Amino acid sequence: MTDQAMARAQRRSGVDGLAPLARRAEGVVLPLGALAAGLALFGLLLLALGKSPVEFYALVYKAGFGTAFSWANTLSRAAPLLFAALCVALPARLGLVVIGGEGAIVLGGTATGALGVWLGGVPPALALPLMAAAGAAVGALWIGAVGALRHYRGVNETIASLLMAYIGIALMNHLIEGPLRDPASLNKPSTAPLPDALRVGDIPGMDVHWGLVVALVCCVLTWVLIERTTWGFAARIAGDNVRAAQVQGLPVGRLILGFTALGGAFAGLAGFFEVAAVQGSANASLAAGYGYTGILIAFLARQNPLAVIPVALLLAGFEASSGLVQRRMDLPDATILVLKAVVFVVILVSDTLYGRFRLFAPERWRRS
Amino acid sequence: MSHLPLSRRGFLRGTAGLAGVTALSSLPLAARAADKLTVGFIYVGAKDDYGYNQSHAEGAAALKSMPGVTVVEEEKVAETVDVTKTMESMINFDGATLLFPTSFGYFDPFILELAPKYKTVRFEHCGGLWTDKDPKNVGSYFGYIDMAVYLNGICAGHATKSKKIGFVAAKPIPQVLENINCFLLGARAVDPSITCQVIFTGEWSMPVKEAEATNALCDAGCDVITAHVDGPKVVMQTAAGRGAYICGYHANQSALAPDKYLTGAEWNWGKVYTDFLTKVMAGGTIDNFVRGGLAEGFVKMSPLGPAVSDAARKQFADTQAAILKGGFSVFKGPMKDNTGKEVIPAGKVYLETDVALESMNYLVEGVLGSTS
Repeated sequence: MTDQAMARAQRRSGVDGLAPLARRAEGVVLPLGALAAGLALFGLLLLALGKSPVEFYALVYKAGFGTAFSWANTLSRAAPLLFAALCVALPARLGLVVIGGEGAIVLGGTATGALGVWLGGVPPALALPLMAAAGAAVGALWIGAVGALRHYRGVNETIASLLMAYIGIALMNHLIEGPLRDPASLNKPSTAPLPDALRVGDIPGMDVHWGLVVALVCCVLTWVLIERTTWGFAARIAGDNVRAAQVQGLPVGRLILGFTALGGAFAGLAGFFEVAAVQGSANASLAAGYGYTGILIAFLARQNPLAVIPVALLLAGFEASSGLVQRRMDLPDATILVLKAVVFVVILVSDTLYGRFRLFAPERWRRS
Repeated sequence: MSHLPLSRRGFLRGTAGLAGVTALSSLPLAARAADKLTVGFIYVGAKDDYGYNQSHAEGAAALKSMPGVTVVEEEKVAETVDVTKTMESMINFDGATLLFPTSFGYFDPFILELAPKYKTVRFEHCGGLWTDKDPKNVGSYFGYIDMAVYLNGICAGHATKSKKIGFVAAKPIPQVLENINCFLLGARAVDPSITCQVIFTGEWSMPVKEAEATNALCDAGCDVITAHVDGPKVVMQTAAGRGAYICGYHANQSALAPDKYLTGAEWNWGKVYTDFLTKVMAGGTIDNFVRGGLAEGFVKMSPLGPAVSDAARKQFADTQAAILKGGFSVFKGPMKDNTGKEVIPAGKVYLETDVALESMNYLVEGVLGSTS
């Protein structure tokens, strides 16, 4: 081998070492770029309204991430959003668009509240896991049913899950205003309050309940399931091409049922924490729209369970800052909603840019 | 205080101006911190909803001209961790030391759990739930609005030709049931053959269902309509559009249909809040448990509309005078519910302040509808 050839080989291997990095970078740089573009676009909107974008983003930073209180605010809002996003991201790996996590959240919460009252005298170490399991089980049944309808009857899972969310909310209202109602809850129908022993507390030293930790663990475990197990591999194949997966003999039906049910279980856990850590009883406030924000987060995270974490924190931070923005800048409450919408649309549009940049496609580097 | 309806934009502009004036006028007082007070108002819906939230926002607006008082407001705050964090945000970022979280569902567990953490902050909750067991820096206030609804019923009783009046209601909870019953009993004080049909929408704010319910009542022949939902705007517009007369609730809705608007049962939070703040600025504290009705100025009637007849005006004025005098009662035995069961035995009389009325779970005879 001549010196020249050796130098060329070395150079190539150096470039090849960068190749996997470049491929992965696309998935980070494009969403971040789109986020920046979305924020800039919204800044222009503010300018057009005669408001200062600098002041706006300074307030968003201050109220969402600027102080210890701001972080507590953001993190407490993020917990249910993480669960709700997983309920979208998991089925998405099979190519299913499930948008009805709200139904699983409210019913999971209702089950938690009902069981908690019944378990009054049981030691918390036993009762709390049972309540969590009940919440998760009801959520799993609810969204698992969407998967079953899809697999066995060919019912569109998007429409089915959305409509079932309305049924779920109506069912919750019926239960808390009827059979499960605490007669003492006169003007706000609720289940009977949980005993103090059966309330989930805060993480020591933080003003945030334990649901955040559980949600983060669930995100990581979901990532392991999808990226590091044969189940996850099979699901990704089925999501890319269901016929090919069936030809290969993959158990598509069981995958669909399992993934939708697991997603629903996570949403049910969100309901469990809402009741056991926040509300103290099941009532109509369970339908707070977390399930719908979860859709947004999962899509922004490109259905990646790890990416769900920073996106959920970002959106929770936006929501945490909504109040200060209203109070300091005299902007309407819908401002943060518009900001979220602008960012969402820009990130969706950025989906069309994947594969367009040679920088991120090492196989095209040598052609120039 | 003006009762002209405010657009959200106009309201924002006006409040911004007032806030500016307040900020300027409070500058010389900067050295005397005790003379300055930041008050936070939290609403569950839009503050220009022509309803419950607007009634409180109008009350807050009345404070903005008080020297030394700074008002901060936030709307559409859910009864979740959202309200806890909004209260803390007002305390931490705005220095608020007096909070008015106005929605019923903010009290338990959110205010009760936060109050011990901020002992120097005063939490004033609208809903009348405070008891001795609750934190001392929490207070509770509410108004007896059922007598105002009874006066609505008198105007409705005179205006109806079909002898059928209608009520669009949110949920079958005691407060709402009491208002429905008072509306019918007011109308029956004019003509005992009148019936009132009620439709529950199941939600505090669900404009589509409210419009459907209003249309259904009009289809059923009801020619005077009122409502108890968070924002009665849609009910009022729909009913007036169908040619029915309307009685307002929460705030003054006459601007939506001046010809059809008979009168309305309004909250008068402007007076209540001004009294509270006057007391606090003078160094006093607000009582933990405060209530009042028409006589105490907690509630008031909208000015009578052009469609109210002279006979109605007379009976309205006489009844109002009797209520203001005190001792007036609409819930007195013998009284049956609409399933024929006796709910108040003969000889029993409940005054408007009677706590027994607060667990009302029936609709009186003559109301067409069911609580379940």
